[in-house]
Amino acid sequence: MIHLHNVRKRYRRPDGGWFEAVAPTSLSIGAGEIFGLIGYSGAGKSTLMRLINLLERPDEGSVIVDTQDLTGLSASELRRARQNIGMVFQQFNLLANRTVAGNVAFPLEIAGWSKADIQQRVAECLDVVGLADRAQHYPAQLSGGQKQRVGIARALAPNPKVILADEATSALDPKTTQSILDCLQDINRRFGVTVVVVTHEMNVVRSICQRAAVLEAGQVVEVLDIVDGRIEARSDLARSLLEAA
Amino acid sequence: MDAITLTDAIVNLSMMAPEIWQACKETALMLAIGLVAAFLIGGPLGFLLYLSQPGQIFAHRIVNGVLGWLVNLVRSFPFIILMVSLVPLTRLLVGSTIGPVAAAVPLSFAAIPYFARLVEQTLREVPRGVVEAAEAMGASPLQIIAKVLLVEARSGLISSVTILTISFLSYSAVAGVVGGGGIGDLAIRYGYYRFQTEVMVAMVLLLVVIVQIIQFVGNRLAARLDKR
Repeated sequence: MIHLHNVRKRYRRPDGGWFEAVAPTSLSIGAGEIFGLIGYSGAGKSTLMRLINLLERPDEGSVIVDTQDLTGLSASELRRARQNIGMVFQQFNLLANRTVAGNVAFPLEIAGWSKADIQQRVAECLDVVGLADRAQHYPAQLSGGQKQRVGIARALAPNPKVILADEATSALDPKTTQSILDCLQDINRRFGVTVVVVTHEMNVVRSICQRAAVLEAGQVVEVLDIVDGRIEARSDLARSLLEAA
Repeated sequence: MDAITLTDAIVNLSMMAPEIWQACKETALMLAIGLVAAFLIGGPLGFLLYLSQPGQIFAHRIVNGVLGWLVNLVRSFPFIILMVSLVPLTRLLVGSTIGPVAAAVPLSFAAIPYFARLVEQTLREVPRGVVEAAEAMGASPLQIIAKVLLVEARSGLISSVTILTISFLSYSAVAGVVGGGGIGDLAIRYGYYRFQTEVMVAMVLLLVVIVQIIQFVGNRLAARLDKR
């Protein structure tokens, strides 16, 4: 579903040198998979994820999502392609002046759905995340966990093939974290959506991922297979992340 | 100056009612033209100032630099000097340099960059992440402006309009004295030059009431639109 071929992303440092956020990296994520990107702060995991929907444009390499090379698209083609890739954020990034229903409707308005279709789809998505009774509330009236459920419903609304979750549970307490992870897993199983999660917590990986790439200094150190919540770590880095969990 | 009784003052003022009403209309006209110019030109200019900043959707260093410089340039003129400098332009546009319409020209000139800066500041308070979320959902720049920035900043924009209106009510008094007419002009002509202190007091009181009303309405509207 997602193929990154030798993608590389560098930033100019204030001293004139280069900071390599993502070293030339290749990664393939299968359809229907829940895939983790794990590493310590500054490892380049968020940048790597943002390359998938081209929020960051790679300096080199290609990004193929659902057989389409995003790096070669025009601005309007890219916008259409992005409607196929939902995104969930650590800070939720909801529109404060729109109701819960209005937030979930937002990507559908962007995609040009009819009013009737939007209304029906918003109700379905709020049902999936268990917030049907909060449709007319504003984000400020919700708890962190509820806000993130709205974020997930919003990402799910346009029937995307892929959902990217960038530290989606890092602002939440452990109990709420588990309920959000269950919600993502539920969506993955019911609708076959490929899910990519960025996290610094091995527990998140253990809880829902089938595979996870361990990152350090913009490079993939190893790709872990998670079977029945068991992780066999070969690298020191993965072992240290496991111990921290 | 002889002291006058309260009754005399009220009689004097009531005899001046038509002139006071006329002055109110002139002030309203100057203000209306200035505000409309500020919305139509200063508003979009403020959006452009914000959107051309580094990291924004129309990031462009040169456009941002030139616009910022122009805005600062006009804003550095003391208003009274701006008025005098614009006399030729005013004559060209209006055919005269006296009357409320003529006074509205420099007023508009000052209001446009003033409002542009207010709009820019207000838009900066919209969290970057919210704009980014819209980009990630495939929103076009126009959709981001209409559905994200305008909606999320609406309460701040109302507050900006409130500040703009009150500031320019005050500026319009200056413009009035140099031939524009209006409430400030009336206060100066009768209250100062003719020693009719009651006219000065009454005009200042009138302005106090107008300012309080504008601020009250602005605050209420901003609060109602703010769901944060």
